[in-house]
Amino acid sequence: MNITVTVNGETATHDVEPRLLLVHYLRDVVGLTGTNVGCDTSSCGACTVHVGGESVKSCTMLAVQADGADITTIEGLAQGDVLHPMQRAFRENHGLQCGFCTPGMVMAAVSLLEEHPHPTEAEVREGLEGNLCRCTGYHNIVKAVLAAADAGDSGAAATGSPGVAGRVPASAGAPS
Amino acid sequence: MTTVEASAGGGPVLGTRLRRREDGALLTGESRFVADLAVPGALHLALVRSPHALARIVDVDVSGALAMPGVVAAFSGADLRDEWAGPLPCGWPVTAEMKQPAHLPLAVERACYVGDAVAVVVATSEYAAHDAADAVTVTYEPLPAVVDLEQALTDEVVVHPELGTNVAYTWELAPDDAAVDAAFASAAHVVDARYVQQRLIPAAMEPRGVLVVPEPFGGSFTVYSATQIPHILRVMLALTAGVPETDLRVVAPAVGGGFGSKLNVYAEEVLALALARRLRRPVRWIEERTENAQATIQGRGQIQHVELAADAEGKVTAVRVRLTADMGAYLQLVTPGIPLLGAFLYSGVYDVPAYSFRCTSVFTTATPTDAYRGAGRPEATYAIERAMDTLARRVGVAPEEIRRRNFIGPDAFPYTSVAGLVYDSGNYAGALDRCLALAGYDALRAEQQRRRAAGGTRQLGIGISSYFEMCGLAPSRVLASLNYTAGGWEAASVRILPTGKVEVVTGTSPHGQGHETSWAMIVADRLGISPDDVDVIHSDTARAPYGLDTYGSRSLAVGGTAVAMATDRVVDKARRLAAHQLEVAEEDLELAGGVFAVRGSPDRTMALAAVAFEAFTAHDLPDGMEPNLEASCHFDPPNFTFPFGTHLAVVELDTDTGKVSLVAYHAVDDCGVQVNPMIVEGQVHGGVVQGAAQALWEEAAYDTEGNLLSATLMDYLVPSAAEVPSITTASTVTPSPTNVLGVKGVGEAGTIGAAPAVINAVVDALSPFGIEDIAMPASPQRVWRAIEDARRRGTHPTSTAATDDTTTQATSTKET
Repeated sequence: MNITVTVNGETATHDVEPRLLLVHYLRDVVGLTGTNVGCDTSSCGACTVHVGGESVKSCTMLAVQADGADITTIEGLAQGDVLHPMQRAFRENHGLQCGFCTPGMVMAAVSLLEEHPHPTEAEVREGLEGNLCRCTGYHNIVKAVLAAADAGDSGAAATGSPGVAGRVPASAGAPS
Repeated sequence: MTTVEASAGGGPVLGTRLRRREDGALLTGESRFVADLAVPGALHLALVRSPHALARIVDVDVSGALAMPGVVAAFSGADLRDEWAGPLPCGWPVTAEMKQPAHLPLAVERACYVGDAVAVVVATSEYAAHDAADAVTVTYEPLPAVVDLEQALTDEVVVHPELGTNVAYTWELAPDDAAVDAAFASAAHVVDARYVQQRLIPAAMEPRGVLVVPEPFGGSFTVYSATQIPHILRVMLALTAGVPETDLRVVAPAVGGGFGSKLNVYAEEVLALALARRLRRPVRWIEERTENAQATIQGRGQIQHVELAADAEGKVTAVRVRLTADMGAYLQLVTPGIPLLGAFLYSGVYDVPAYSFRCTSVFTTATPTDAYRGAGRPEATYAIERAMDTLARRVGVAPEEIRRRNFIGPDAFPYTSVAGLVYDSGNYAGALDRCLALAGYDALRAEQQRRRAAGGTRQLGIGISSYFEMCGLAPSRVLASLNYTAGGWEAASVRILPTGKVEVVTGTSPHGQGHETSWAMIVADRLGISPDDVDVIHSDTARAPYGLDTYGSRSLAVGGTAVAMATDRVVDKARRLAAHQLEVAEEDLELAGGVFAVRGSPDRTMALAAVAFEAFTAHDLPDGMEPNLEASCHFDPPNFTFPFGTHLAVVELDTDTGKVSLVAYHAVDDCGVQVNPMIVEGQVHGGVVQGAAQALWEEAAYDTEGNLLSATLMDYLVPSAAEVPSITTASTVTPSPTNVLGVKGVGEAGTIGAAPAVINAVVDALSPFGIEDIAMPASPQRVWRAIEDARRRGTHPTSTAATDDTTTQATSTKET
């Protein structure tokens, strides 16, 4: 089936199998591997992306259901070298360790603040219930989301900081 | 471009909360995990796994799979039998008599657990491979399963008939049984407890995966694996697949957590290599979550019979442990050694004069067990810390008081324990006091009393655990004495390049721990430069050829120490060269801020970068000095390190529903000198939640047929943010004297401290019912049932005072 999808501002048309999951479309067809797959049961949230502005576990959706949709993945969050305020808050507050859940967690957190700009700690915890992390014990993730909410209040979110885009670890280059 | 926000060169670096350089790539999706590596033409594997816990494999018919679109090949275990130069490795044959079943990447005659791989399909896409795996027809003759440890001991069902028994080995650490017997004979108080360490699923968020790429010329292979142990894996792949070690490069790219589960050599890794060799194509395999539950190792799986003898004041006079350990169906890389890692810890942080430990390890028809965060040490700590609470009730004192009466004193170090360890340093009472103050202990107890008096349904429980652990694995000679087949050293090399930039090569293999940041801090601190100028190379056997990788809280204490020592050697050489060119004595030079200056003549200086350039041109070196500034260190630690601390958990327990909520958690940890307190705290947070999860939620539950009932994240209750509170952390700093950094390690501390603290809190909340123990996980059903049983027994719940039942021994809550 042909689908036309806008991902991180770029629109493309692809012929896909009807059973292709959105997450596999993003990873294998579009080539954006920042969205991770952590489970088979829509439990872990590692694959969370935004579809039409709503956070969606991209393993629960078929690619064909996204026909015509506007999708943002983790790769689309930073503006060039300037991290999104949520990405910065995660980094500032050590909200990630291994980083595998992080793209989904950040996308879910961005969505959470869009719906609840001033959440309490309990609301952050409830709001991120669908995203599992095995490293951080959530302490610093929650701290990061609350900090991002505060930064949003103060306007600091808009300023960004230059020169913070990541670099791929030396060992992680494309296979030769 | 780098991501380190460093202090200016020369400023203090060690001990600062430097943000991690790893984060940028992980936050933007640029990091490459194994599943993200796209190789044109790569073939995908899907495994056919046994649905039976024990079965004879009668026939494997792959013809249906071969007829499917996109399928390139399909093999049974028998088809590939000649591919293996050796079985899947077990590196820790703990006794000469240990029984070890044959374990091939694909089972040939018998499948021994649900998930045991029996056939493999190779196809051009992941979807095609999985479709075709369903078309493989395997005929089994199912056999009775044996999952229960005590049933396995009876040998009514023998997992591996060729071994004749399910007992893999027995092992003891019993220096003086007569002294133990005498202590029990004269004891004023005895605790006799049975604790079940349920099986746990490590559940790293990234499932396993492997990609093997044959190089275009010369017959060598690059193996990308989601592993904690690229160096060990290289050796083991060579031995198992029969590929010369020199033809193997192993890379651990970004790795999404391990917790011990990626400290192993797995069938799929060997299989991918063998099939890449056979098919001369790149081959990849990515694990699904249910495979991760079934076919990645599980943790714990022990039944502990623990006895304490104590005098009238509660001073412990002997500890006796009889352990039954579940090996699962096969022995993986270090499966048999896990109980031994706990064997030395059952006397805890207490001055115990007599000790006896015996362990019987048995095969069952379940997923193999192996190292999971803490690996033997959480189990031992749980046992002693739970038993100490029970002893406190026997004696009639508070849990903190029974600990104070038994602590090894701060002046007793180095302390030789009854189990034979030499504890390097500690101040156990100091950590306890700090934790009680941090938690506002007296106020908590007052609130608990208030709630008990009010008689409501939401009661408070307060639990403490004072833990220690041995980490910094490990002195190689000690490992030899325990029959471990490798050493415990770690390697590092440091080179200062002609431009003054520094490259550090480490043998550790981080997967979330932030070694790139921390190792750069160590080097920058010693050289007086900015961490921005230090690059850290790791996890690639071609670029970091020596190493023993990351597990057992060893990376900083052994690997970080090697980095520090190699740095010091580089500085020594640089100093000689600078002294030569400045025409002064070496002793007259001091290094600060990356510059050598002559003492007393501060204008006579030579920057490290200048020294490095001189070493590179080699135009004017001292006689006999070789060019370039590079040094290596292979550090073999003289002793383990012994971190410690006290944790305090507060739970709210609903006496109507049995639901336990973890409402507060306070952790005081002493991991020696801290390189980066931000990272230390992060390790504690994550560890605590994993330990609390064992106490309250997680269990790899099997039915009697050997089916894993919790094979998805819908059934296996990894906690979410909503289940846990924020964690209060504090630390004391007692440097380790065993390494130049004074560091100890912190990767497992949280997990070790947490499970007993949380269960002590649950039992504390239940104590008015006369309940002395609750099995893990303390699910609402278990707690509710325990309360109902107590009510039926007539122990009145609404009494305001704690009605500890001092006449019965610890109840053994045996539930499945």
